Amino acid sequence: MSEKKIFSRPKTLKDAPFHFCPGCHHGIAHRMVAEAIDKYSLREKTIGVASVGCSVFLYDYFDVDVIEAPHGRAAAVATGVKRARKDKIVFSYQGDGDLASIGIAETVHTANRGENITIIFINNTVYGMTGGQLAPTTLLGQKTTTSPYGRDFMQDGYPIRMTEILATLEGTAFAARVAFTTPKNINMAKKAIEKAFQFQKEEMGFTFVEILSACPTNWGLNSIDSMKRVEEEMIPYFPLGIFKERKAADVL
Amino acid sequence: MARIEINQSLCKGCALCTLLCPEELIKIGNQINENGYFYAVFTENGSCKGCALCAKICPDVAIEVWK
Repeated sequence: MSEKKIFSRPKTLKDAPFHFCPGCHHGIAHRMVAEAIDKYSLREKTIGVASVGCSVFLYDYFDVDVIEAPHGRAAAVATGVKRARKDKIVFSYQGDGDLASIGIAETVHTANRGENITIIFINNTVYGMTGGQLAPTTLLGQKTTTSPYGRDFMQDGYPIRMTEILATLEGTAFAARVAFTTPKNINMAKKAIEKAFQFQKEEMGFTFVEILSACPTNWGLNSIDSMKRVEEEMIPYFPLGIFKERKAADVL
Repeated sequence: MARIEINQSLCKGCALCTLLCPEELIKIGNQINENGYFYAVFTENGSCKGCALCAKICPDVAIEVWK
């Protein structure tokens, strides 16, 4: 009986080891984006936009052209790329400090204009690369280096739910929130990311996928406990699911 | 009958695969790789079904599955 390889590294992912910490979910998100690009054979015509944060080394791992954007402006840069080269598939890959804090204006207006791009948003409730500061998505009571007594809503407000905000805008074609905690959630995440790229291919409008991710280093937990934290603390506040999905008939 | 191959030098020993394997065939070993991580090792006893959950959760894409 001959053996068949049923799972291997996607072609779009270069053969380079990730720089991410052990247990970080960035690697899983990278693989799923690469698999979605492979599925629709988009590798030759995809342009990625890297943001500032742990996701900045996108160009080291993806075998596609990547532009580096200033902090928070990945959605604006992606808009420019897409308007100049309409035949290309453009995606940006941003963290929560980048997209939900400094870049929230660019992101909301890009969605509102219905730019035909895909944004992959990694929400790990903390600024990862800069040393674990409070992000807009930090949960109430969560201790970070700039909120040592836990996040207090009187001082810092409540965590932002980006997917719900963007789902209310007319220009958004697809908005979903996914996580990698259980086999069911992993399959759901894979489908959502593939659908985002499919919608862009069909020119349906702005597509957005939020991924709840673990950050073991800045949470001060090991990889297994951080995965449990995503399941037990993040998912109750950031519910999973597809919040908006435009039908082809709506476009016509 | 299936088996997996773990790339020792890519593995960072995060142990997420040990959590998801339904047959508990993956364990963190007691050897370290060139980066100083205790890497995961696969016990081949014929009960691997090739569900590929370990490969799907692996953040370093270090696992290949054969069936």
